[in-house]
Amino acid sequence: MLMNLFKFKGGVKPPTNKTQSVTLPIAVAPIPSRLVVPLHQSIGGTPRPVVQAGDKVLKGQLIGEADGWISAAVHAPTSGTVLEVAMHTQPHPSGLDSLCVVIEPDGKDEWIARDLVDYKSMAPESVREKLQQSGVVGLGGAVFPTHGKLTASKTVPMDELVINGAECEPFITCDDLLMRERAEEVVRGIGIFRDLLQPKKVLIGIEDNKPEAAAAMRAAVEAVGEDFVVVQVPTLYPAGGAKQLIRVLTGKEVPASKRSTDLGVQCFNVATAYTAWRAIAQGEPVVSRLVTVTGNVGEPRNYEVLIGTPMDELLKLAHPHPDTDGIIMGGPMMGFLVPDRRVPVIKATNCLIAHDERLFPPKAPEMPCIRCGACARACPHELQPFEMYWFSRAKNFGKTQEYNIFDCIECGCCSFVCPSRIPLVQYFRFAKSEIWAREREKNAADQAKARFEFKQLREEREKAEKAEKLAKAAAAQAAKKAAEAAAAAAAPAESAAQPVAAEAAAPVTAPVPPAAAPATGDAEKAAKMATIEAAMARAKAQREAVQPKNTDNLTPEQQKAAADIEARRVAAHLIEPEPAQPAAPPDPKS
Amino acid sequence: MEIALAIAIMALGAVVLGAALGFASIKFKVEGDPLVEKIEAILPQTQCGQCGYPGCRPYADAIANGEEINKCPPGGTEGVQRLADLLGREVKPLDAEEKPKQLAIIDENTCIGCTLCIQACPVDAIVGAAKQMHTIIAQQCTGCELCLPPCPVECIRMEVIQENIDNWKWKYPVVEIKAAPISASDTTGGSGGMKEAA
Repeated sequence: MLMNLFKFKGGVKPPTNKTQSVTLPIAVAPIPSRLVVPLHQSIGGTPRPVVQAGDKVLKGQLIGEADGWISAAVHAPTSGTVLEVAMHTQPHPSGLDSLCVVIEPDGKDEWIARDLVDYKSMAPESVREKLQQSGVVGLGGAVFPTHGKLTASKTVPMDELVINGAECEPFITCDDLLMRERAEEVVRGIGIFRDLLQPKKVLIGIEDNKPEAAAAMRAAVEAVGEDFVVVQVPTLYPAGGAKQLIRVLTGKEVPASKRSTDLGVQCFNVATAYTAWRAIAQGEPVVSRLVTVTGNVGEPRNYEVLIGTPMDELLKLAHPHPDTDGIIMGGPMMGFLVPDRRVPVIKATNCLIAHDERLFPPKAPEMPCIRCGACARACPHELQPFEMYWFSRAKNFGKTQEYNIFDCIECGCCSFVCPSRIPLVQYFRFAKSEIWAREREKNAADQAKARFEFKQLREEREKAEKAEKLAKAAAAQAAKKAAEAAAAAAAPAESAAQPVAAEAAAPVTAPVPPAAAPATGDAEKAAKMATIEAAMARAKAQREAVQPKNTDNLTPEQQKAAADIEARRVAAHLIEPEPAQPAAPPDPKS
Repeated sequence: MEIALAIAIMALGAVVLGAALGFASIKFKVEGDPLVEKIEAILPQTQCGQCGYPGCRPYADAIANGEEINKCPPGGTEGVQRLADLLGREVKPLDAEEKPKQLAIIDENTCIGCTLCIQACPVDAIVGAAKQMHTIIAQQCTGCELCLPPCPVECIRMEVIQENIDNWKWKYPVVEIKAAPISASDTTGGSGGMKEAA
């Protein structure tokens, strides 16, 4: 099928070294002595372990539960006993530890009950959920959870679905063999993605150095009865980069700040489509993957390997030569030397290369940059590596960002062509992780500042509230006191005015209780009560009549002085005029 | 006559320009001191008070008014360097011991639930209630150590934040200088290997 292909700028043509490992068919690697399954194998949240030491697990049983939407579950690769859930060295350039589930296989390889469903009868949402629960992630290398990429943009219609079978990196042939031997399942997996995303067309890009794979895929597409287009793209590293392949097949260039879905394109790896089909149609979660074992070995070939298999055990199957001095995970362009040979195979492990001096002669020392521009010509993202190198080296990270360091995909083309053998990608990785660390620190500082300021605000508010409360209480107290004082001032005036009336009132009030008494029928008690009350009333009257005596019989001068004082107090607003009114001259004591 | 005209023109110019300046000073008035904001952005916001000021903002104010720039231990030597660059001052050695980033951890078996550390925490990173166990929200803890002194049972300890896969950083590429003959520790062909980053 002929179609108009586009080109991306730059790229290099390193020796492909692929022929060694394609001569033999895929072999199933035997179950290793021990499986170390890291919980964090995909981009996003770290799955939570759901098993503990001593648990019996079956093949495909959930051992790590996805944490959040961008996260994928992890499953037991074979049946056996969980030895421990502990920290183990990771296949990561840092050589640091992370939480792993260690399983001792029982050799039976007994599957958990698999539910076979027809995905066409399922809602798209539950298909995505099923993919997440089956631990399906992008197996091209980025290990982004696949279900997170299967939602079409609401605003942009989905034009093309690009399936990546380019496999541009030297040495690696696992996708090639997968397409040759299991093309039908790949095509059916692509069918799932097509049904979820509803693109106008589906393009399968395969580099033209894999004619067998392309032929197998064409045959499978025909056999399944799909209308996918298998396109052979020119062999040029890194044609298998998602943005490069999209560019070659559709002519669309994905801008730095956008995702390909914003342009109506989505891209998946062929191996991802294969695992998606296995997960949906056969109920088998991702517990194994194809790994190319090549390099300095006697029998390079592709193996279907259980996730968690120690790399040294896998390498032994291919008979490494005795001068092997390390294992590279990934290809020679983007891979890294694993920190420890016993680290496990993970979902991102597409290739193991036995390292030796013959294949990878030691590089001569780095020379100064001569600004020849070869790196800029080779860069597939049209960046200026020599400028980014200069600023990374000087730790001027702001400037590296101005030169769009975050568009760099670390493909290694610049380092490959550099005549001064400068490890450019190393500098870019250093600058990127330094910028990320600073970003994290800045965010933490901003958050701490906001929380500190809020705490201060809260404390101030609490203080103000407390002060207000206290002021209110004090005001209430003062009002109460003033009322009491007024009452006290008012009462003597009354009793002084009519002391006799008070005395007379006592006998009047006294008979009231006896009047009520007959109702209870206890006359004697009522009489007693009456006498007590009468006595109390008398005593009260007497006391009141006696107290304010010092205000009686005042001389005219005294009365005048008291009136003057009263007038001054009123003028000074010390007391309200009203309470002062009824009381004639105030109590000198007050 | 000409002199009078010249004076008049100059006076007119002065009035016009004065009015423009007056307008500008009202219209474009800057609230707060922009320098303090810049200084504060460099300070690490741990709010630990190790500089002798009650928080990062007061210390930023003080620096703007001439205080020394080397009193912030959490900011470290790099912080001093950046402050020196900003203010055009001389870099001075840090006035305290530089510590790695830490995290406070409450021993929850010993905690009696007195709430004293909650009150001391400047960023509200401790949760708990009276007579209930307290714990520290690790993501919010700035490692300021202010919760240590108030604890009556000494159940809070500081732990250095270890390097892990999430916070690991690629190292600055260093060219290994080796004795001849060159050993075989160099790695991948194209992108340069790990050992170079040692």
